[in-house]
Amino acid sequence: MEDSTHHMIDHSHSSRHGSLVSYIIGFVISIVLTLAAYFIVQQHVSSLHETFSHSFITFAVVGFALLQLLVQLIFFLHLGRDAKPHWNLIVFVYAFLLLLIIVVGSLWVMHHLNYNMMLMPPAEVDAYMLDK
Amino acid sequence: MTQDLSENKTVFGFWIYILSDCFLFATLFATYAVLHGSTFGGPGADTLFSLPFVLAETLILLTSSFTAGLAMLAGHQGKRIHVLVWIGITLLLGLTFVGLELREFAAFIAEGNSWTRSGFLSGFFTLVGTHGAHVAAGSLWMIVLMVQITKKGLTDTLMNRLMRWNLFWHFLDVVWIFIFTFVYLLGIAL
Repeated sequence: MEDSTHHMIDHSHSSRHGSLVSYIIGFVISIVLTLAAYFIVQQHVSSLHETFSHSFITFAVVGFALLQLLVQLIFFLHLGRDAKPHWNLIVFVYAFLLLLIIVVGSLWVMHHLNYNMMLMPPAEVDAYMLDK
Repeated sequence: MTQDLSENKTVFGFWIYILSDCFLFATLFATYAVLHGSTFGGPGADTLFSLPFVLAETLILLTSSFTAGLAMLAGHQGKRIHVLVWIGITLLLGLTFVGLELREFAAFIAEGNSWTRSGFLSGFFTLVGTHGAHVAAGSLWMIVLMVQITKKGLTDTLMNRLMRWNLFWHFLDVVWIFIFTFVYLLGIAL
């Protein structure tokens, strides 16, 4: 009994904290993703905003960020490698869901408020309001 | 066994604190997204930020997240000197990051572009400044950890603290990925 309990704890420890190899893999992938996003933007700026479309830049750069989030969650924070039933992962997923609702919801609302419309200069807002 | 379970509980509790801190940053990100176009005749993100400067900041913080992980690994192997060396390197990188950020802030303020200039700059200073304050707090935590580990060695309690600090530091790098992407990269590109 004593032995098997000890073995269980020991096992969960070694798998939970990862290894040197997993840290190096996470580090290298993170650097590659950071540089990839950086060079896309640098290329775009040095070509006076003509190389890529703005929607392509947004999708690519945000995509790289989300990938890097995933890489660091797995290789640095060892998410999902805690003992079952994976409470760390469960509360993370729940928090992430609430977070998306708050951020996406807030931006959605703000985009539709007349006097707080983003990306619209004051003169255009006034013209829009008079039109209504 | 009991000891181990209570350790897991404190680390789990700290994980929940980190997730609640995510909400703080999420609201600041949302605020910045709403305000980023409101420059009030002042400079926008595309004229204010410098790409190479922010890349240097990013690589420094990313490397410090890696060395923090190495400190944790050395801790699990019971190598006290290695732990101290890796925390020391992480501390230097963390302080360099805070120093660079303060220099950036000082330069903006000297040009008359402080948080009072426009809604965009209020949002910028609040979001990036809150992250910087976290990095400064994490650096202070490292100094305390180094003193305690030097005095008491790698006891269970200190390993537990090391684990929580390690989570905190990785979390700060994750938040920075999004500041780097949404504030700086997209601010300059769009």
